[in-house]
Amino acid sequence: MAGLTTTKQAHVSHDLGMHTEALRGKTQQRFFDVTQEVGGYGYPDALDVDFNKRAELDCEKLDTKQINSQLRDLMKRGYGTIVLQNPGSKHSIAVGILNRLNLYIEGSCGYFALGLLDGPNVKVKGRVGWACGENMLSGTILIEKNAGSQFGAALRGGDIVCKGSVGARTGIDQKGGNIIVGGDTGSFTGFMMQRGRMVICGNAGKNLGDSMYDGTIYLGGEARSLGVDAVPGEITDLDREWLTRKLKMYGLYPKKGIGHFKKIVAGKQLWNYDNLEPGEKKLVL
Amino acid sequence: MAGTSYKGSDIKSVDQFIKDKAGLSSSREKEIGQHIGYRYDVNLIPDYNRITPFLKGYLEFMGWDDLNWLEDVHMGYEEGEPAIFDRNCNGWVRIPKNVKLPNNQQDRDMMARELLIKFQMSPKHPMVQLNKAYRKVG
Repeated sequence: MAGLTTTKQAHVSHDLGMHTEALRGKTQQRFFDVTQEVGGYGYPDALDVDFNKRAELDCEKLDTKQINSQLRDLMKRGYGTIVLQNPGSKHSIAVGILNRLNLYIEGSCGYFALGLLDGPNVKVKGRVGWACGENMLSGTILIEKNAGSQFGAALRGGDIVCKGSVGARTGIDQKGGNIIVGGDTGSFTGFMMQRGRMVICGNAGKNLGDSMYDGTIYLGGEARSLGVDAVPGEITDLDREWLTRKLKMYGLYPKKGIGHFKKIVAGKQLWNYDNLEPGEKKLVL
Repeated sequence: MAGTSYKGSDIKSVDQFIKDKAGLSSSREKEIGQHIGYRYDVNLIPDYNRITPFLKGYLEFMGWDDLNWLEDVHMGYEEGEPAIFDRNCNGWVRIPKNVKLPNNQQDRDMMARELLIKFQMSPKHPMVQLNKAYRKVG
């Protein structure tokens, strides 16, 4: 194709002869001694940072790439507490951090902030745009003001909390973790949710939990409508204990308690196990 | 219309999928020869009274006030063997046969969380090898 050039990227994989590997999903057998001594609590390749080592980064004259590379450089130098000043609502800030970290963002972020995190604890003083915390694996994100649509989209683990209100399609395709909203949420919240928990302290827009496969939604206010296959569930003591602990943890425990919260779960009526067998298909044809 | 009612069966016992690895109870499951749904309760909330000392140390190291992503980790069952699903290598990690299983799912879940963390931190984890093989040089 015109305009495209190939670059020779050196990979260790070629030296190991793995460049011809076929990805067939073959079952692996690996043996691991659970009683052996383990060196620490982080991934073997995680950056070794110290929470007591603190740095500040002024983002005013930096673009996204510069912010993210300087952030990584600070972590490589062992800084475990980093403050980003003047983020200026720039997009894609602080993505793909795979180690523990205390990150404070003194302002607002644009689209796709804090995506693909695996470990950090993040506090944002301002607002965030679309798809904040998308695909997060673990850690905590706390937003002090409002968030845009697709808040916590495809979340896989960890807690993502917005003290204000959020837009539509909150937690779309959620696969785990917890999404907590102090205010209201828009339409199609929890669309195609697969597992995990969602807490909405205020009201929800139309079609709450539409086409959810599994997972739990706790709703403090009212939903304009429930989506297809989203049905009321029964709140247990474990639910109440969990709700109380999580909401207190993020300073969102309502003055009137949690007695008014409703639980929404999947009705499992859309689970499709009725595909016709090949023999049956012949009869239809 | 296809797929308009749940045809699966409920989980009745903690050892159900060890004693019966196929787990076919409802008539539809027997008809299609496949268990419908998960082999454990994905919505089960952890009982924090059962947390292990190792997990406490891990949470302290990460700076978390609770189990965080581990709330979604449960002990499951693969082909009649107790196992944990590891999202980092997209496969089941089986529990060694010499490990004695507790008699309730909450304690089994805590055990699963601890073993999964130990496995992910181990230099024998497949991600370590993949990282060495595929990461960009320089």
